[in-house]
Amino acid sequence: MTAAGSDSVSLSGIEKRYGAARALDGVDFAIGRGERVGLIGHNGAGKSTLMQILAGAVTADAGRISVADEALDDYSSRRARQHGIRCVFQELSLCPNLTVAENVRIFHPALRGFGGQKKAARLIGEMLDGIFPGHGISPGDLVRDLAIGKRQMVEVARAFTVVAEPLRLVILDEPTSSLDAQASAQLLTHMRRAADAGLGLILISHVLAEVLGHVDRIVVMRDGKVAAAGPVQDFDRRKLVRAMGGEEMPPGQRSSGQRLREGAVCVKARPGRRGGAKELVAHQGEIVGLAGLAGHGQTALLRQVFEASSHGTTFRSRPAAFVAGDRQTDGVFPRWSIAENITIRSLKNLRRGGLVSPGREKALAASWKDRMRIRTPEMKNSILSLSGGNQQKALFARALASEAPIILMDDPMRGVDIATRQDVYALIRSEAAAGRCFLWYTTETDELLHCDHVYVFHAGAIVADLAGADVSEEKIIHLSFQEPA
Amino acid sequence: MLEALRARPWTWSFVGALGAFVATIATLHGQGAAGVATAALALAVFMVLAGIGQMFVITLGPGNIDLSLAANIGLASAVSMTVMNGSDAGIGLGLAAAAGCGLAIGAANYLLIWLLRIPPIIATLSSSFIIQSIDIAYGRGLQIKPPPGFADFTSLQIAGLPLLALLTMLFTVAAAVLLRRTIYGRWVLATGQNAHAARLAGVAVGRVRAITYMVCGVLGGLDGALLAGYFRGANVDIGNEYLLASIAVVVVGGTSVAGGEANLPGIWGASLFMVLLLTMLNTFGAGAGARLLFTGLIIVAVIAFGGGRKTA
Amino acid sequence: MTARAPVRLLRSLLPAFSLALVVAAIAWLNPRAMSYFGFNLMLSLALPIALATVAQMFVIAGSELDLSIGSFISFCGCVVATWLDQSPLLGAAILLGGVLVYAGVGALIHLRNLPSIVVTLGMSFVWQGLAILVLPRPGGAAPDWLQTLMSSKPPFLPLPVIGSLLLALVCHLLLMRTGYGAVLRGAGGNATAIGRTGWSLLKVKMALFALAGLFGVLSSLALIGISTSADPNIGSNYSLLSIAGVILGGGEFVGGVVSPVGAVIGGLTLTLAASPLLTFLHIPPDWQIGANGALLILVLAARARFSRPEAA
Repeated sequence: MTAAGSDSVSLSGIEKRYGAARALDGVDFAIGRGERVGLIGHNGAGKSTLMQILAGAVTADAGRISVADEALDDYSSRRARQHGIRCVFQELSLCPNLTVAENVRIFHPALRGFGGQKKAARLIGEMLDGIFPGHGISPGDLVRDLAIGKRQMVEVARAFTVVAEPLRLVILDEPTSSLDAQASAQLLTHMRRAADAGLGLILISHVLAEVLGHVDRIVVMRDGKVAAAGPVQDFDRRKLVRAMGGEEMPPGQRSSGQRLREGAVCVKARPGRRGGAKELVAHQGEIVGLAGLAGHGQTALLRQVFEASSHGTTFRSRPAAFVAGDRQTDGVFPRWSIAENITIRSLKNLRRGGLVSPGREKALAASWKDRMRIRTPEMKNSILSLSGGNQQKALFARALASEAPIILMDDPMRGVDIATRQDVYALIRSEAAAGRCFLWYTTETDELLHCDHVYVFHAGAIVADLAGADVSEEKIIHLSFQEPA
Repeated sequence: MLEALRARPWTWSFVGALGAFVATIATLHGQGAAGVATAALALAVFMVLAGIGQMFVITLGPGNIDLSLAANIGLASAVSMTVMNGSDAGIGLGLAAAAGCGLAIGAANYLLIWLLRIPPIIATLSSSFIIQSIDIAYGRGLQIKPPPGFADFTSLQIAGLPLLALLTMLFTVAAAVLLRRTIYGRWVLATGQNAHAARLAGVAVGRVRAITYMVCGVLGGLDGALLAGYFRGANVDIGNEYLLASIAVVVVGGTSVAGGEANLPGIWGASLFMVLLLTMLNTFGAGAGARLLFTGLIIVAVIAFGGGRKTA
Repeated sequence: MTARAPVRLLRSLLPAFSLALVVAAIAWLNPRAMSYFGFNLMLSLALPIALATVAQMFVIAGSELDLSIGSFISFCGCVVATWLDQSPLLGAAILLGGVLVYAGVGALIHLRNLPSIVVTLGMSFVWQGLAILVLPRPGGAAPDWLQTLMSSKPPFLPLPVIGSLLLALVCHLLLMRTGYGAVLRGAGGNATAIGRTGWSLLKVKMALFALAGLFGVLSSLALIGISTSADPNIGSNYSLLSIAGVILGGGEFVGGVVSPVGAVIGGLTLTLAASPLLTFLHIPPDWQIGANGALLILVLAARARFSRPEAA
């Protein structure tokens, strides 16, 4: 199943520059009918940019896009759609103030006039039933009333709906990041069905298991170029990681669980308001993981602990610092510099004579730049000049710089590259060794291996408490579906 | 050079002020230039004070604005004159009363916003109606003149510069320091950029908002008292033009209406610009209609040229 | 998410509930007002206010705000009472020109990424100045056909009620049932997404503002038809009234959440609450403005009970 072929979509010699940075440095890429291609690479590798160019959202500086051997000039989103190329981006493109059906209607201009609403409702209903059976979404629902997982389902299903324009290629950019395990599985299964029906599919995902298990061909990108490519059988996990430029985590760094339950109790929290439900207890110096299906109460618990600590009503009233997972809405102050973003929690200690001292602020920022290895020439630069991974590092620095003894982490590594993650894991371990307590909610089982013990959540309650040595992907998944006692 | 100027749109307000000044002097054939400058500085003070208060509120984030400023100023002028009661001994108390009145208004505004969850535009609009009524009922037939000492103080000049302008410039510097170098100031800027992230970063968002509305209220109160002193008497409508003017000088001066970014020198530039523009139009003999038309077109042109919020 | 349905239902019923409350209060205070004649009188200004509210609603649907609609209505009113009466073709052309200028403002705001509050603030000066230039003193005369239309007395329901029903129906169909209506609203909810799908955001913004201009013109026609003459300040309250009406009707300042039916109901509620209700409560004229403010607060406080909590 090669990429060449009269009916394929191909990009050749694509270049894209953003100022001095080369996002894409001469990339060739092709995909044929009925093919599933996995596109992987760390942040900044260029995969999102490449797909944005393919979808017409961004214009390439050089290179050619062809469909069925016919070079296309004046490429744009419109032309891409006319040729049947669609993309489900990471940032959702639904209008929250419209209903599900209305969102489908505006997606297909052909659904104008009378009956357009009904037609749109039927269209999306059928597609949702087809891809995500048991989805529980009604076409009359307002998108703003839907949880993020359901929104993602709507977005994905909408991409597959056909009215007037043909459909030849669907690009899915980290589609499972907001879906729980069941919906993810349903989507990956649907991908196979769609490919069998002749559709081309590109899957961008950082979950290597997904890529290895559900595509026909893999393309690995690194630093704006294609680093490796070939049929999926040629690759395994370690090869992929190495091709992307990262190293697999050496076994010795897994938690031995020795720090288990020593030291003073830092946090005691019971999720929700159910009587008799299990309680979360965390001690000084512990890394406590929160696991389970996405959206089953982990974030809610973190918020609960944060609120309690802000009002001074938590167990022994220790302040807690929060590291957000959704940078844009929960974390970054876009008009500020990197330094200002980091120091916002620590201003009390930077005062001299009542006013914040610029000298002390600079020193604090510089020390954290080194500790977190934030890649920037100047901490006075805007925070937006940093890559996503480095922005996340800055948010970590903010929390860690604040001297709060409890650090709450709300899936902060989502979409962050491997190199950044390793840096941060090392820092978490060293901070924990120095006595800080971490509550870490993550949707990736690999990261849970760093924890001293893991609480598994289901339906808003804690269903299990696993010691670090007992943590394994199978156990977590098994417990994620267990009903609370 | 053009790029540097364009990158700081508020510098245009100073350029515009200069332009209006030159045009005025040219029409007067060079006479009275010093007088025009002095008068402009004196009048700009009142706009600057209102503008700084409004700026703090606007910086709190999208949707935050104080539409009760005009009514506040009106009421404060009446309150201050009544308390001062024409005697120099009452100046301090009168100022305190005006400031206190403004503080109460600011607190009331915030209560409406916080307790009743009313959007600031509507909350401050509603309170402005109520304040107006209070002022009308309270100030009916009020004829009290400011104490002579106070009136003189507001018109005092040092080497041709109005004392009030000098004091206000110092105050502006203090406000800038407050914004950038105090925890409160940083918290205002953080809240304005992203209130949700600010809360998660440990900012006491509610407290910051409350204090800011009260600060704006106090500045409005003081402005009302000073206006009554300068124009030798209080009246209900004394603050009317300052509502739109306060918003205009904030934005033309470079503060972002989306919040989170404030520009203090720009408020001076924009205030001088507005005052000199009106002076210029008066000198040209323009009628009320032409004055309004021209002012509006200039505001739109200045903003359109400078461009708007940078996309995130 | 079915648990949300009752809350959403309550929220959407709130505007109607507010209206019912105000009507009930009037009925209790003065039962004789509950007649054809009574309603016709109390709601005499309902159509101009409702039309202005709908105009504002279109702008708010695009997550913008129009502070100039009041002075635009004043300007159009002056044109109606002068040119439209004397040389109808020219008058109509000027009114059309006004709508086109509104579309142009929308284009400017989009192309230069400007904050609408400030641009429309500047435009409010422009329209006000133009109104004064067109009609320096109150006067003029409404065209005969307009007067006849606005004073007609259809059977069963007073003209304002019929007009409002028609208005609500037309706008509801236009904005909530057509494909492009969804696009217009969607642009307020997620402009990037709409743009990516291939719709022109520029055209959307221009369409929303043009619609606002159109309904502003209609509002001025209704207003002059009722008052039979014009003055340059005739619409000065309408900017803030229209904003209040949209919010009362369940609209939100950002996010493209608006309800045409709610806006019309909000306009009706304000019409009743602004004057008739207060008269029946025997509130002295000095306090009528303040009572308006208090009423607004009361209604919004009630809304806050059923509303989703404001983000951050």
